[in-house]
Amino acid sequence: MKKNPFPENGTTGAATLGEVLRERGVSRRSFMKFCATTASLMALPPAMIPVIARALEQARRPSVIWLSFQECTGCTESLTRAHTTTIESLIFDAISLDYHHTLQAAAGSAAEAAREAAMQENDGKYLLIVDGSIPLDNPGYSTIAGVSNLDMLTECARGAAAIVAVGTCATYGGIPHARPNPTGAVSVQDIINDKPVVNVPGCPPIPVVITGVLAHYLTFGALPELDHIGRPKAFYGQSIHDRCYRRPFYDKGRFAETFDDEGAKKGWCLYKLGCKGPTTYNACATLKWNNGTSFPIESGHPCLGCSEPDFWDGGGFYRSLSMPTENLSRTAVYAAAGAAAAGAVIGAMNHGKKKASNKIHIKTTIEDLNK
Amino acid sequence: MTEIELLSWARGPGLQIATVIFVAGVVIRILEILLLGRKANLAEAKGTEMTSGLRTIITRTIPDRTTFRRSGITIVAGYVFHIGLFVVCFLSAPHILFLKDIIGFGWPSLPTPVIDAFAVVTIIALLATLVNRLSNKVMRFLTNFEDLLTWTLTFLPVITGYLAFHRIGLSAPALLAVHLLSVELLLVVFPFTKLMHAFTLFLARWYNGAISGYKGVAS
Amino acid sequence: MSATIENGINALKRQVDATVASFFSSCVHCGLCAEACLFYTETGDPRRTPINKTEPLRRIWKSEYTLMGRIGKALGLTKKVDDKFLEEWQELVYDSCTMCGRCSMVCPVGNDIALMIRKTREGMAAAGQAPEGLIGATTRAVTIGSPMGVKWPALRAQIRHVEEDTGLKVPVDVPGVDYMLLLSSMEIMNFPEFIEAVARLFDKAGVSWTISSEAFEATNSGIQIGVSDLAAVLVQRIVDVAEKLGVKTVISPECGHAYTAIRWDGPNLVGKAFSFRVRHILEVLDELRTQGRLKIAGKDARKLTYHDPCQISRRGGVINEPRNLIGMFSDNFVEMPDTGKMNWCCGAGGGVSANERADEIRLKVFERKKAQLDEIRPEAIVSACSNCRIHLEDGLEEYNMDIPLLSLTETLAEHLADN
Repeated sequence: MKKNPFPENGTTGAATLGEVLRERGVSRRSFMKFCATTASLMALPPAMIPVIARALEQARRPSVIWLSFQECTGCTESLTRAHTTTIESLIFDAISLDYHHTLQAAAGSAAEAAREAAMQENDGKYLLIVDGSIPLDNPGYSTIAGVSNLDMLTECARGAAAIVAVGTCATYGGIPHARPNPTGAVSVQDIINDKPVVNVPGCPPIPVVITGVLAHYLTFGALPELDHIGRPKAFYGQSIHDRCYRRPFYDKGRFAETFDDEGAKKGWCLYKLGCKGPTTYNACATLKWNNGTSFPIESGHPCLGCSEPDFWDGGGFYRSLSMPTENLSRTAVYAAAGAAAAGAVIGAMNHGKKKASNKIHIKTTIEDLNK
Repeated sequence: MTEIELLSWARGPGLQIATVIFVAGVVIRILEILLLGRKANLAEAKGTEMTSGLRTIITRTIPDRTTFRRSGITIVAGYVFHIGLFVVCFLSAPHILFLKDIIGFGWPSLPTPVIDAFAVVTIIALLATLVNRLSNKVMRFLTNFEDLLTWTLTFLPVITGYLAFHRIGLSAPALLAVHLLSVELLLVVFPFTKLMHAFTLFLARWYNGAISGYKGVAS
Repeated sequence: MSATIENGINALKRQVDATVASFFSSCVHCGLCAEACLFYTETGDPRRTPINKTEPLRRIWKSEYTLMGRIGKALGLTKKVDDKFLEEWQELVYDSCTMCGRCSMVCPVGNDIALMIRKTREGMAAAGQAPEGLIGATTRAVTIGSPMGVKWPALRAQIRHVEEDTGLKVPVDVPGVDYMLLLSSMEIMNFPEFIEAVARLFDKAGVSWTISSEAFEATNSGIQIGVSDLAAVLVQRIVDVAEKLGVKTVISPECGHAYTAIRWDGPNLVGKAFSFRVRHILEVLDELRTQGRLKIAGKDARKLTYHDPCQISRRGGVINEPRNLIGMFSDNFVEMPDTGKMNWCCGAGGGVSANERADEIRLKVFERKKAQLDEIRPEAIVSACSNCRIHLEDGLEEYNMDIPLLSLTETLAEHLADN
């Protein structure tokens, strides 16, 4: 029996990915191209391509529940940015997106009912995607259908097979977490520690990075190899700096000093304008954005470091890594002033001590030379 | 704490703490010295103190020939690492950016390969000074824990800076954080050690020149 | 009251000032001072490193006048300054140092280490840790008027000889003259030819001068032992008499530390600026030379060199004058390697020669001077300090070197034009 490729609210599709793709008219060639791209993105050998293809062919479309908390929807925008059919959009055919505020047709209680039904039917097997941070200070800061983000996350995580935190807000707290963090925002990792969590940071993440992680999961049923802060090494293993096309200028010490000086026009390194490329790990410099069109540095703007924790508090986007994040000159002046006062006191004490010594001194006579 | 958070701490509160202790420590120590004062000299002067003192500040930089012959290694190794430290600390682009942010103005930097070369030479010279300190009879006699501590605290920023720039060993934010932390450690310990000579030698040389200059001798 | 460790510590406390604090703050343990000190270079004993000699003063500075030191003291973490420690240091501070100041010239951070050793001696002496020989010399200087026990009758006898030999009158206790000459006991007893030389030179130059019967001693044992109070007593005697006689200038003779004592330390010891000038005999003679009042004839053909007495040259500032004067009677003058303000100490000044216990090391370190002489091989050595002279003669004899020691003043007088 052919299953409805467009699931009704509350039901999940049971067709395999292969069946869905054929129904959509996706050619075998396009499909293999997707598998090959996925393999190379994940740094897997060519021998894995047929393995990926076979797995995806027969993959039951897993249920995916996408929870959006304190977020700006930028991550969804990034993922869905498709003027033309892109390989990334194929992923939507591979999964059964059973709950997503922006993309779903349903609203209100119907949407929540769909979520609960999907969770029940796929208990222990669904993939939970989260974007946005979770406020801990007052649950009222962000609720969905009257349920706090914290409660919804813990409830949905219980039956999830794995959790993908998408975007820097979900992975490290993002902009809500920035000083002074008025909502008490925390990341998914800070709350969930008994389920596998993969962090896909970026503000937003590169679309193909999101889909690459999902594709890996679909293929192997497991999350890709992660670095020590939960990011897939395949995409976050290299720094922007090490792959930046302007690196030769950095090495030669040729920097743009302002946004419109000769150096800027010549495309010199943007380090002095605040580029965080040296300490930022992401795939921007290689995969780039908009199907490989460009990335911030190529457009003349320093890297913000948006895939790193606390990049908002890194001293300022236009303050270079070499600069302190705080106002040190003020600190130094205050310290000097305080020390001057302390020094004056100590100086007075020294004087007093010397005066006392002079006072108790009685003129030495020759008798005093002998013990 | 992630590496990048450690780096942010090192660039933020870490530097603040180090700045406070360093600045306060240096100011207090200098005031401790100056406020002791010295008695006015009642003898008939043969030369002027101020100019003699200033002259000695400069001329004491040049060792006399016999001293150089006898202590050549100490002098050369010492000069090489001091000059190297100066160049690396004050003429490299990232450091000038750092200082510019604090004092409000910067200056041109030396090309990166030149700084790199100076860093290597400085590292070698510092190692040479350590070997010298441990093998020279007089230095071995004089050397105490503080000498070895200050050597280590001076060496660490140079080597960690070199590793950070070349991105060797750890992740980039970790390397930079370690470099910053090593500098902060140096700054925090600085006022309590002989490293104060960086400031007090101007006083000492001036006093030396003034005392001798009063008597008509250029010291 | 007699010497106690408390007095010693208090004395050291009084010695700390901004200069001392800046010096100790700056020392980086580079060891260059050792290579400038003949007591290290000729013995190889690292304990004789100059800055090491100042350890008693350093401990007091640290624990009394620095914030961290005070905290350390409160926590019981400071290094003690006790009798045992000072006794151990006695040999370093007195036997192994002439306060020649060569270390002060080479220290890269600018420490005046010799000054600090002088200050350290204040503490040592007050704690009863001065060597016996120096205590004896100082006692004699204070009670008798001369460290060698020379009294006026002895000097008067020497003056009589001079008058007989020259036919000149040596003015004694004459008021209102330009110059009052001081003499060191060493000169009076061992080199009375100096008095004759001065008499003849001054006579030819038409200088109005006198010697005082009440205060003629130039040597200041208080400086050598390091007790400012006693040094002040000795200086005051000279001041009293100079003021009483109303002389314009007091002359320090051919004695090293005597010049330092009266010229540079004097007013500071007695707490008042002098109403008269103080000059070294060489300064006076050089002034006469520039005024054309010295008629010198004939040359000494020997290859001559000049040994700079430390307290006159490096620590005194009289460096060019001797050379100008030598130039009057020598065309064959060669400087020592390391000359002028960088010349090497003879090894006997600063109380070392008054300290019998230091005899052995004093002769050992002469090897430094010997090395200098070996390099230039002079035929005679000119100097202007009788203590240097005696010790150099000792050393030359010890090493079988036949090089005569000449007093500059005496040699100048020998070359007076109408002889």
